[in-house]
Amino acid sequence: MADVALSRSSAITSRQSFLNPRRRRLITSVVLAAICILWVYPLVWMVSASFKSNSEIFAGGGLIPENPTFENFVRAWHEANIGAYFFNTLFVTVGSVLITTISAALMGYALGRRPFPGRAALFGLMLFTLFIPQGYTIIPVFELLSNLGLGQSLWGLMLATCGHSIVIFTLLFAGYFSQMPKELEEASRMDGVGPVKTFWYVMLPLSKPIIVTVVVMQTLQAWNDFLLPLVITLANPALRTLSVGIYSFRGEHFIDWGGMTAGSTITIVPVIILFLFLQRYFIDGLAGAVKG
Amino acid sequence: MSATELHISHAPAATRQGLAARIWKSRIDYLFLVPGLLIFGAFIVWPLIASEYYSLLTWTGFGAAKKFVGLQNYRELLQDEFFLNAFKRSFLFTLATVPLQMFISLVFAILLNNKLLKLSTLFRTMIFLPVVTPVAVIAIVIALMLSPFNGPINGLLLDAGLFERAVDFLGSPQLVLWTLAGVFVWKWTGVTLIYWLAALQTVPDELYEAAKLDGVRTWQVTVFVVLPIIAPFAVVIGLISAIAALNVFPLIQSTTQGGPFFASEVMEVFIFRIAFAPSGGMVPQLGYASAAGVLFGLAVMILTIFQIVAVRRARRKDPANG
Repeated sequence: MADVALSRSSAITSRQSFLNPRRRRLITSVVLAAICILWVYPLVWMVSASFKSNSEIFAGGGLIPENPTFENFVRAWHEANIGAYFFNTLFVTVGSVLITTISAALMGYALGRRPFPGRAALFGLMLFTLFIPQGYTIIPVFELLSNLGLGQSLWGLMLATCGHSIVIFTLLFAGYFSQMPKELEEASRMDGVGPVKTFWYVMLPLSKPIIVTVVVMQTLQAWNDFLLPLVITLANPALRTLSVGIYSFRGEHFIDWGGMTAGSTITIVPVIILFLFLQRYFIDGLAGAVKG
Repeated sequence: MSATELHISHAPAATRQGLAARIWKSRIDYLFLVPGLLIFGAFIVWPLIASEYYSLLTWTGFGAAKKFVGLQNYRELLQDEFFLNAFKRSFLFTLATVPLQMFISLVFAILLNNKLLKLSTLFRTMIFLPVVTPVAVIAIVIALMLSPFNGPINGLLLDAGLFERAVDFLGSPQLVLWTLAGVFVWKWTGVTLIYWLAALQTVPDELYEAAKLDGVRTWQVTVFVVLPIIAPFAVVIGLISAIAALNVFPLIQSTTQGGPFFASEVMEVFIFRIAFAPSGGMVPQLGYASAAGVLFGLAVMILTIFQIVAVRRARRKDPANG
């Protein structure tokens, strides 16, 4: 609409004054700012509701609570067990990030740089499985964990969470390692250093950008994961993660919106802080998926 | 690990002595693969194979006995209205969300790609926030926002006089799938935006400058120069978005659980219900659910292959990317 109005008036008056780039940038900024504020409004509204009493939430007041209260947080943390779920999620996230990053870096190094027999076949198999829906694999995954005695444990959840994106992460590492100059390995071979040491002392430190990307992406994935923790904790509520905890909270205390929004705020604050500080790496990782 | 042993144990029998020697020479490389292959094998390759086998069984719970029944599950599925509807809904949902999401994010990307726009990083971050928010939280936010009882959005619609009565966005069987499609687009546009921005990075700056010198308007540059250059990326972005839209389980399970009256039950919600959350005194039917999963996985795979062929073709047409 604005564009139409602009171009029409520019036809009548001097084109320069209306379409000068600075003015147009200003208009773009204002329109974008309005849209973006609307875009995040629901989340801001939720955080604001977590500081309101249950009666105030639906009273139609503004974003700033009239009588700010922390009661919702106390209730959510203790009565709804959000505190325990927080530490469950932290445990699963940290463990799966460690395992995934190390495994993907090792496998990516071999795939990206070492010409071992069977390499092309492994590449092909990985690409083939890139888009398998989770609904396809969840039953065997749960059966496997149960047979290993891990069907009702956070360790099982942690291991299975590693499987989600290991293929993508391995391909990211492989792509990165394969672009490094050949001289790196030749130099270390001359010095009599084996592949393990070369990997550990030369390659890994050089791949820091990919490591950070993988850590950030896997953290978000593990923290926000839903189907797998839901299935694993169906019979064992004490093991719930925050995502499943918030989901069950809604089923059990369906009128306590204050508690729910407080629990939600506790859930999103760590990931949002992580994202704000490290978004460059996350965005680089995503962008790599399209370019590759 | 099994792959390593396999190679080594078969190696002496191999007629080409060279292969065995090469494998033995690469033995350290296989060590690098061990942790990754264990995870990949256990949680990706094994489930792929096991699902096919499970789909041929009657199996009523993880502790229960398995009974081989051949293709009976598949025959029943093809006559199961719940399955067929869920299947249809999954693809309908994808058809509704992917073009919308790609269009909105493309517009954002073109606006934000302007290097002189000072706040563009801030705007990008804001659009991205719903992406990093867990779906369980999104479910609570939208239940509040869209509540027919004093929810802010209904308040706005009523105040504006657009509707006489509050709209029950999530409670109406006619509306629910479309409401969720809108929420889905809101949540995931940030990711597609990053994809488009990456695609726009491949457009050389000189093109914009040359066009400016020739007195060509910005929108003309965008439509006639920039869009054709980034068009090949559209197929990849479309594929990734379509796969994401087919995996919409978390959003739907946490908002409506497939309801009301199954009106938002997509494929994975159906599988979850049959396998893990049977209602009304039914037993879990793991074989039946596996068969549904296999059919769904096959459909996704066919879609993927179809699109990969399209990607290849698009790249071949464009010499810049060839």
